[in-house]
Amino acid sequence: MKVNKIALLVGLTVLIPNLSFATTLEKVIKKDVLQCGVSTGIPGFSSTDSKGVWKGLDVDLCRSIAAAVLGDADKVKYIPLTAKERFTALQSGEIDVLARSSTWTASRDTSLGLNFAGVNYYDGQGFLVNKKLGITSAKELNGATFCIQAGTTTELNLTDYFKSTGMEYKAVTYDTSGQTIDGFKKGRCDAVTSDASQLYGLRIKMDDPESVMVLPEIISKEPLGPVVRQGDDGWFNIVRWTLFASLEAEELGVTSSNVQAMLKSKNPSVMRLLGTTGTAGENLGLKADWAYQVVKQVGNYQESFDKHVGQNSPLKIERGINKLWNKGGLMYPMPIR
Amino acid sequence: MAVYTIKKAEKAPLASKGVLLWLRVNLFSDVTNSLFTLLGCYFIYLIVPPLINWMIIDATWSGTKEEIINDGARWIFIFEKFDQFIYGFYPEALHWRPNLAALISIFFILSMNFISNLKIKIGLILVYPIISFVLISGGFGLEIIPTEKWGGLMLTILVAAVGIIVSFPIGIVLALGRQSKMPIVRTLCIAFIEFIRGVPLITILFMASVILPLFFHDGIEFDKLLRALIGITLFQAAYIAEVVRGGLQAIPRGQYEAADSLGLSYWQGMILIILPQALKISIPNLVGSFISLFKDTTLVLIIGLFDVLAMVSLTNSDTNWLGFEVEGYVFVTMIYWVFCFSMSQYSKSIERKYNTEH
Repeated sequence: MKVNKIALLVGLTVLIPNLSFATTLEKVIKKDVLQCGVSTGIPGFSSTDSKGVWKGLDVDLCRSIAAAVLGDADKVKYIPLTAKERFTALQSGEIDVLARSSTWTASRDTSLGLNFAGVNYYDGQGFLVNKKLGITSAKELNGATFCIQAGTTTELNLTDYFKSTGMEYKAVTYDTSGQTIDGFKKGRCDAVTSDASQLYGLRIKMDDPESVMVLPEIISKEPLGPVVRQGDDGWFNIVRWTLFASLEAEELGVTSSNVQAMLKSKNPSVMRLLGTTGTAGENLGLKADWAYQVVKQVGNYQESFDKHVGQNSPLKIERGINKLWNKGGLMYPMPIR
Repeated sequence: MAVYTIKKAEKAPLASKGVLLWLRVNLFSDVTNSLFTLLGCYFIYLIVPPLINWMIIDATWSGTKEEIINDGARWIFIFEKFDQFIYGFYPEALHWRPNLAALISIFFILSMNFISNLKIKIGLILVYPIISFVLISGGFGLEIIPTEKWGGLMLTILVAAVGIIVSFPIGIVLALGRQSKMPIVRTLCIAFIEFIRGVPLITILFMASVILPLFFHDGIEFDKLLRALIGITLFQAAYIAEVVRGGLQAIPRGQYEAADSLGLSYWQGMILIILPQALKISIPNLVGSFISLFKDTTLVLIIGLFDVLAMVSLTNSDTNWLGFEVEGYVFVTMIYWVFCFSMSQYSKSIERKYNTEH
């Protein structure tokens, strides 16, 4: 019996999480690599180029965190995750941060043991219409025919929107998103609806991208942002402030090309951002030049946006509500001081 | 008196020999048959010329994306992404390692036909996977390539090969266990087989990728690919077990009794008398099961591993190359067909080789 008890005890100590108190930051530094959960391919957000290198707005966030923490934006191990396994991978510690276009909702934030550290892209449901309709606003969509994927939240939002505005639409329903787009391509309907970030990708896939346009209206809220495990506030701060730092850099006009010169700037905000004064880095448990590394190696938010989804990319997504607060958008980095 | 002159033999009517005969017998033997032939020709006419047009004549074989003018297949996409389709994220400079492993595999499969010494054969079967594994994953002085860099066709073949090679012996043992006279062994084997066969492969993969990590605490990392491989192997073993059991039950009772009366032990009897016969008659079903495993491996895409099919959607999310799904899927279809067809041909050659019913 005694042997059994000892065996049981040994077994338990192995099985029960021995609650080693290593923080995520310590683990990342020890491994010298950031494990970042990304998608299995979302155009502009996380995807690979022809050389197999990960690129995108979400990928740049991973790179920024690695630059801030490890001083090297390339020290990232990308873990591609499907929508179903993404949160488990974070809960189980397989990844340190999830940057996979995940919508910040109450249920996810409160019931999964996870925290959303911010928003790096304000997405929302929009409309892609055939230019032949000759309309420029969603308010003129009364009586239009929609290609819809059955049973999705986009369908619900569409119904709600048309009910609330007192308009009517005809629906052609499909099973998969691929079929839905095909239906639109073949002219079975006047418009399709999906998250705005997707619509621009769909537009490129049209035989003639110039024959369709994305309407300016957004009818649902889909704030996408990085997610971390609950209960490690230090790491939460690092992810949140890395995101703020790249936005702050844009606001202050610090770019990857002028950051070297900006080190000599006498603007107090720039000095605090780049760590020439103040203790922002130290307070986060990072080096003083954490934000300098982010801007130097990855660039500020605008650079990332333009390169991967904006005007310098094939997607050409309008900045829209993702502009900085002082330019009419929602991006509002908290002050670093 | 009548004079009989021998008539010259006339040529057979045109319709009863050669091509025309074949046509009449096989395609136009009666009205229904003729109708179906015509219908078939019509379908071929509908499908084949446009397909050839799309795939070859109108296709774009070279140049850049901006130069595409034809409506046909844009194969430049495949050329551009070829390395990813075949090797995933495996470093370009080290592509020779999976290549060499593939070469060794071909050599290994061919050598099985010529080597008759059983001991050498078994030795090869044991050594070959180790060499391939070291070549692909690294170690012994070779740079270590972590599994998340593996992908594409390489991953498909690897998962299928591991599934087939490892599940085969496990499956045989399970099949024997199921027929064992020892109640505990028998119950365990039946429970395992029926449990695994009662759930879909997707469930097992999800268990391996989503549930399993929650049981380990932070810091213990259990390779995702390894988890998937274990899941697939166990799944395949249960099916192999049932195929082999079919073979075992087809062996007449007399063979078992003959083995007993020769004074052979259980294992001697099995290995020398029963299994060689049982496996021989199971070959078609075994290969069928392997082919379906080869195609099932693509399910790993739902747990975020990039096999050759998952690569189609990943490469199509590159903002510079959006909208090339069709070319990708056609390419992957051809790859699957080539592999599955080769496997079935190989199985036929093995069947012929071990056919002892003269």
